[in-house]
Amino acid sequence: MTTETLLAVENLRAGYGESEVLRGIDLTVKAGEIVTVLGSNGVGKSTLNRTLSGIVRAQAGRIRFEGAAIEREKPPAIVARGLIHVPEGRRIFPNLSVRDNLDLGSYARAKPRRTQNRERVFDIFPRLRERVAQYAGTLSGGEQQMLAIGRGLMAEPRLLILDEPSLGLSPLLVEELFALIMKIHAEGVAILLVEQNVVESLEVADRAYILAEGQFALSGTAADIAADPELKRTYLGL
Amino acid sequence: MLSPVILIPALLNGLLTGAVYALVALGLTLIYGVLHIINFAHGALLTAAMFAAYFAFTVLGIDPYLAVFIISPLFFAIGYALQRFVIGPASHGEDRNMLLVTLGLSVVIENALLFGFRADTRTIDVPYAFSTIDLGFTYLAVPRLVGFVAVFVVALALWLIMSLTDIGRAIRAVAKEKFGAQLAGIDVAHVYAVTFGLGTACVAIAACLLMPTYYVNPSAGNAFVLVAFTIVVLGGMGSVPGAVLGGLVIGVVESLSSLFLGDSLGQVGIFLIFIAVLLVRPQGLFGAKA
Ligand SMILES: Nc1ncnc2c1ncn2[C@@H]1O[C@H](COP(=O)(O)OP(=O)(O)OP(=O)(O)O)[C@@H](O)[C@H]1O
Ligand SMILES: [Mg+2]
Repeated sequence: MTTETLLAVENLRAGYGESEVLRGIDLTVKAGEIVTVLGSNGVGKSTLNRTLSGIVRAQAGRIRFEGAAIEREKPPAIVARGLIHVPEGRRIFPNLSVRDNLDLGSYARAKPRRTQNRERVFDIFPRLRERVAQYAGTLSGGEQQMLAIGRGLMAEPRLLILDEPSLGLSPLLVEELFALIMKIHAEGVAILLVEQNVVESLEVADRAYILAEGQFALSGTAADIAADPELKRTYLGL
Repeated sequence: MLSPVILIPALLNGLLTGAVYALVALGLTLIYGVLHIINFAHGALLTAAMFAAYFAFTVLGIDPYLAVFIISPLFFAIGYALQRFVIGPASHGEDRNMLLVTLGLSVVIENALLFGFRADTRTIDVPYAFSTIDLGFTYLAVPRLVGFVAVFVVALALWLIMSLTDIGRAIRAVAKEKFGAQLAGIDVAHVYAVTFGLGTACVAIAACLLMPTYYVNPSAGNAFVLVAFTIVVLGGMGSVPGAVLGGLVIGVVESLSSLFLGDSLGQVGIFLIFIAVLLVRPQGLFGAKA
């Protein structure tokens, strides 16, 4: 594993209107790492992801991606850099076919390799290949999640943000999902994972951050965090 | 009694008039489907395009059927710029603001036209205005036939853009899932502007088809947009096939009701059908159920 820093966030502040959700976040993701961000509901994990991808404006602080300051950039420019965000709730295009959904994944990046990347996604998710012409809105929840991840992979991510990818999946599919995350990671993609499945997430991750009240209450290697009694107190509320 | 000799020509004429309605409705429904607003500037833009066609003919001597190839790209650009630099920024991302801005825009455009060209009604004289094709049992007016063919060409072109190009896919994506589109790297402001441009190009084409047989004054477009709005609701808000079919249906209804009720009551039939359809199918002919 290299130690090159892919994403470096310093003292990031962001929120909605008057209400500040993130109050000074410091976070790094190195090339080839899996980093997980944990925290209870409504604490601002998705807000962090939205700020990284330029949807929510950073009010203060710095976001560097591969050395470039991106905190003022718009989402299309950030996507073009290879910072790809697969959002909570899938957000696939229900009125488009599976194929068109995937193709739009390469709207802003990796367009010349669209056909081969689509084949790659179909190799990972054979069920999507069987449903290539089906409207995405008629897919099952699990299939929609596969499509959302597949759409993200179409852009050849350098850093893939996965926001609660296991939400609404059956236990068997959750297992599969975590295996898949390892597989994507093995191809050299760094992953920022936001999950409710604390135990599994800490198993696959290299490092972890615990978000509480707008700041990281705890951070360290996944193994250390898993063993930390503070985790149970701050996150699980025990 | 009404014989087929009267009925069939009325039907055909209705279809041909309906084509122009369909084009205006196409633009309106496209903008509604993606931006989720009724474009209140649609009528004023139609009028402006009719003036453009009028002056292309009277000043430059370009026939409207040729001018359409200049005026529709020009109005695409105007529509794009209006949305990108006026309507979008002035609405700060709020749909209801967008609605009000288009309303304001229509007032500005209409008054600018009124100021520039006064309320005079103007027409152009093209040699083919009264040309007809003899079908044996009836005659078809050439300008109407051209309009009829044009609406299918435009609908086909739109369909191809929507299904085969990335910008077309992006337009459909933004219509239903704006946030997901942003995360795919789609520039929503650009997509909105392209859509508004396409809608405006549709009225520009309609204007060029109308000019050979119709007149223009600073409020000429409004009558069409009122009917077009009916068609959009009838066909299903945001539905392209609904706009085309709805346009043709309304054209026929208007033609038949002038035949039965007299010219002055021609449009009454439209609103009767409108109300009847909404009672039975509130989502319109092609609209998705809520
Ligand atoms: N668009 C918005 N406008 C205003 N407030 C918002 C908006 N989106 C989120 N919030 C608020 O910001 C806070 C953080 O929300 P966020 O979605 O980031 O939480 P989260 O950690 O992802 O929660 P969960 O685990 O439930 O997904 C919440 O209090 C939420 O109500
Ligand atoms: Mg969340």
